[in-house]
Amino acid sequence: MESCPSVKNILLLDSEGKRVAVKYYTDDWPTLSAKLAFEKSVFVKTQKATAGAEAEIVMFDGHIVVYKFIQDLHFFVTGGEEENELILASVLQGFTDAVDIILRNNVDKRTALENLDLILLCLDEIVDGGIVLETEGSVIAEKVSAHGIEGATSLAEQTIVQALTTAREHLTKSLLM
Amino acid sequence: MAQPLVVKKDDDLDEEEYYSPFLGIEKGAVLQEARVFHDPQLDARRCCQVITKLLYLLNQGDTFTKVEATEVFFATTKLFQSKDAGLRRMVYLMIKELSPSADEVIIVTSSLMKDMNSKTDMYRANAIRVLCRIIDSTLLTQIERYLKQAIVDKNPVVASAALVSGIYLLQTSPEVVKRWSNEVQEAVQSRAALVQFHALALLHQIRQNDRLAVSKLVTSLTRGSVRSPLAQCLLIRYTSQVIRESSMNSQGGDRPFFDFLESCLRNKAEMVILEAARAITELNGVTSRELTPAITVLQLFLSSSKPVLRFAAVRTLNKVASTHPLAVTNCNIDMESLISDQNRSIATLAITTLLKTGNESSVDRLMKQMTNFMSDIADEFKIVVVEAIRSLCLKFPLKYRSLMNFLSNILREEGGFEYKKAIVDSIIILIRDIPDAKESGLFHLCEFIEDCEFTYMSTQILHFLGNEGPKTSDPSKYIRYIYNRVILENATVRASAVSTLAKFGALVDSLKPRIFVLLRRCLFDGDDEVRDRATLYLKLLGGEATVGETEKDVNEFLFGSFDIPLVNLETSLQNYEPSEAPFDISSVSLETKSQPLAEKKTTGKKPTGPASALSGPVPTVDASYEKLLSSIPEFAGFGKLFKSSAPVELTEAETEYSVNVVKHIYDGHVVLQYNCTNTIPEQLLEEVVVFVDASEADEFSEVATKSLRSLPYDSPGQTFVAFEKLEGVLATGKFSNILKFIVKEVDPSTGEADDDGVEDEYQLEDLEITSADYMLKVGVSNFRNAWESMDPESERVDEYGLGARESLAEAVSAVIGILGMQPCEGTDVVPSNSRSHTCLLSGVFIGNVKVLVRLSFGLSGPKEVAMKLAVRSDDPEISDKIHEIVANG
Repeated sequence: MESCPSVKNILLLDSEGKRVAVKYYTDDWPTLSAKLAFEKSVFVKTQKATAGAEAEIVMFDGHIVVYKFIQDLHFFVTGGEEENELILASVLQGFTDAVDIILRNNVDKRTALENLDLILLCLDEIVDGGIVLETEGSVIAEKVSAHGIEGATSLAEQTIVQALTTAREHLTKSLLM
Repeated sequence: MAQPLVVKKDDDLDEEEYYSPFLGIEKGAVLQEARVFHDPQLDARRCCQVITKLLYLLNQGDTFTKVEATEVFFATTKLFQSKDAGLRRMVYLMIKELSPSADEVIIVTSSLMKDMNSKTDMYRANAIRVLCRIIDSTLLTQIERYLKQAIVDKNPVVASAALVSGIYLLQTSPEVVKRWSNEVQEAVQSRAALVQFHALALLHQIRQNDRLAVSKLVTSLTRGSVRSPLAQCLLIRYTSQVIRESSMNSQGGDRPFFDFLESCLRNKAEMVILEAARAITELNGVTSRELTPAITVLQLFLSSSKPVLRFAAVRTLNKVASTHPLAVTNCNIDMESLISDQNRSIATLAITTLLKTGNESSVDRLMKQMTNFMSDIADEFKIVVVEAIRSLCLKFPLKYRSLMNFLSNILREEGGFEYKKAIVDSIIILIRDIPDAKESGLFHLCEFIEDCEFTYMSTQILHFLGNEGPKTSDPSKYIRYIYNRVILENATVRASAVSTLAKFGALVDSLKPRIFVLLRRCLFDGDDEVRDRATLYLKLLGGEATVGETEKDVNEFLFGSFDIPLVNLETSLQNYEPSEAPFDISSVSLETKSQPLAEKKTTGKKPTGPASALSGPVPTVDASYEKLLSSIPEFAGFGKLFKSSAPVELTEAETEYSVNVVKHIYDGHVVLQYNCTNTIPEQLLEEVVVFVDASEADEFSEVATKSLRSLPYDSPGQTFVAFEKLEGVLATGKFSNILKFIVKEVDPSTGEADDDGVEDEYQLEDLEITSADYMLKVGVSNFRNAWESMDPESERVDEYGLGARESLAEAVSAVIGILGMQPCEGTDVVPSNSRSHTCLLSGVFIGNVKVLVRLSFGLSGPKEVAMKLAVRSDDPEISDKIHEIVANG
């Protein structure tokens, strides 16, 4: 198990360190209070950092945390001490990209809470039980929204090429059946 | 009634006062709302909102009671009736969050299995993931067929879902998942990047216990069919694992797979480059030629615009610098510019790397840069820096002045306990190892305890001051600091200060009268312990008491180290029953148990692999051995048991009879305890005895045998053989063993044995009694102090050539094995590639003679190991004996 890259948690906190959406994949923090304590220390340790376009990184208590701030949202991805930092960073990148697409470039706490269902689905699609499922933001967003609540509207936004490919897929599938 | 999810934007509202759609949300109300799940006409959008609210509550840390969870679960299962895709996704999430119990799972299984075979890929993938999370192994066999198909599905999302679920299921139902390896193998060849990654991860986990299969897997894949960067990273990890294992078998020649690792350094993906570079730097005994390409790519990363990349590079180089400082010096210029990095983690790592690679001339310049740097980093980083400075100072003792000044400056600043402790520990180590630094170091410590809020540290420093202070040129100047503690501090520190005063009194005659005055004042202290200590020391130093007849005894009492493990003392005291006989401290076992260490390891933050799970607490058997042996009349007269060895296996695993032996050593006797187990259900063994041929061990003569009446299937029994040997003689030798017994057939159905038995015998492996058996592993907490407290007259030094050895580490562990002593202060670990090593050992030799050994190893020529052995012990004869052991070993 040790040799497979694994993500310990993904956190989405607001500018005061409160939870917007969090997902823990390991039992490093067995209780709610342990989880909250971890979130608090992550938040405090990264507070001073300036949020730029690039993901930042911090190491403490045997964890590596890569993080990024967009507006009033703080994105964190945590891995073990020995983990490849760039794998964690690619997960973070996938997460922020996907959220950006899902929220239509309005990445802030209000919009995130209004679309919390999509954010939760997004977390579900990125990592399963600590194992990276997908790191490409657009693919994640597509998985989340293709059949999501706004399925109808997303169809309208598709380009003609996309629409054609979808149609072709449907056709071949029905032929095969 | 329900709060609308989308809140209308109220322009009058201040931006600060924005309220969330979940404001005022309340569990009870939401659970009420969940009733809409039961509506015959489902409103998908409405249901989605309710599920989102429920998930929001769970996400914020709310919990449902058992009843609530069951209710919500049943309501949620109703939603499978809806065809709405968005709602279905939320239902999946909800079921995973609720993690239903086994009897509840059955209700959703059929719905999920239907989804698993749906036409919509998204349903299939998600249904697989949900189902595998919640089912048990009996249900798993029912859906196994679908999962196998899914693994090779042409839709990558479905395949990945099945593979990832496989990884998860492998923990609970390995036998099922192992049957999928053909499909998984096929999936490794998939063109979809992530499928390849997941398939490789699962395949390796299925085969991880089969070393040959893993090696084959790596061999075939390194020829290049892996495209996904993540899969490539995995492959690099598996490759280095194979390298690690193969290098143990074959030495010399080219390292297998090194070319593959090196080619990965030219990969397009940065994560692969990093993984490969790190793998190379962590190779066992890596050469500088192998390191160069890896260091070059890492150096490029150092000037990247991405903080994560800079961090990854500097962290790796920092590790390399500990073992191969020269290889990293090329990066020093890039490193220095990182000191001002915005990211303080990167800056700290850069500083400590520079400290490791720096030379004597750069120390002063670095220290100047550090002073500004220290004020704006967190405590944990400061500790790292302090440790780096300590090792730098040990490397360049001439620079102690500026480094010691730096330490004392930061000691004066604000900081938490751990940080201060790191500084104090560093100063103490420097004082011990650099004689010139002693006076200034002690002075800094004295300053520190004048205003120290930590009791633990004050007492530690006072104790140290008591040992070192009297030996300085002007001991009197410390008295003021110490006596200030008696006036100002809490009882614990006061008591400790009293002891320190007494030590000064004992060693410095000129100070004695004044110390007496101070100690007498302590007699009026408000605390019992402080008064008691003062009284005791006054009597002791005054020479009126019976405790210290001579000056030597006084010093022994004051300075002697307490070498009984506290755990053992605690158990002995607990077992002691108040009676006429006083508690005898010499009856406490000196043997250090490996248990506390093992516990320490598991509580560490490292991921615990399957290996560490096996190394559970070692059962403590010593006391039970002693009891067992003294209950046997034949052995009762042998005196006090000195040592019991760990069991030595005399049979291969899984043979008919399994036998191991424990060697019990007495002053004049050796008892061999054979633990036998009969592993054949159809047999009953009687009159079991071990026939021992001691012709190759002529110093031993057999005195008693105790046979085992009967040995039924699977219930272990013991038989003993006792030998006599001359007291004080280090008798060694080889014994060959034959197990003799009468075997009787047992009817398995009734369990009754035949009346007639047949005599039979069974050859066991040979057993050796070595000199290590006469040595108890007993650690000392502070080797240097212990060493200095021993009589230098007892020291014996000699040099030995150990001939060609595989490695320095191998030579060190061989000598430790021969002597059977306890390595101290972690000196049994040899850093890879070092050319010399010092190893400290301690132990108690038979007859309760304390022995300390200092071993210095060095490489002289290719693989030729030379060793200098210095021994001190309570008895000079034993020191000679240790040399004899090594000379013969």
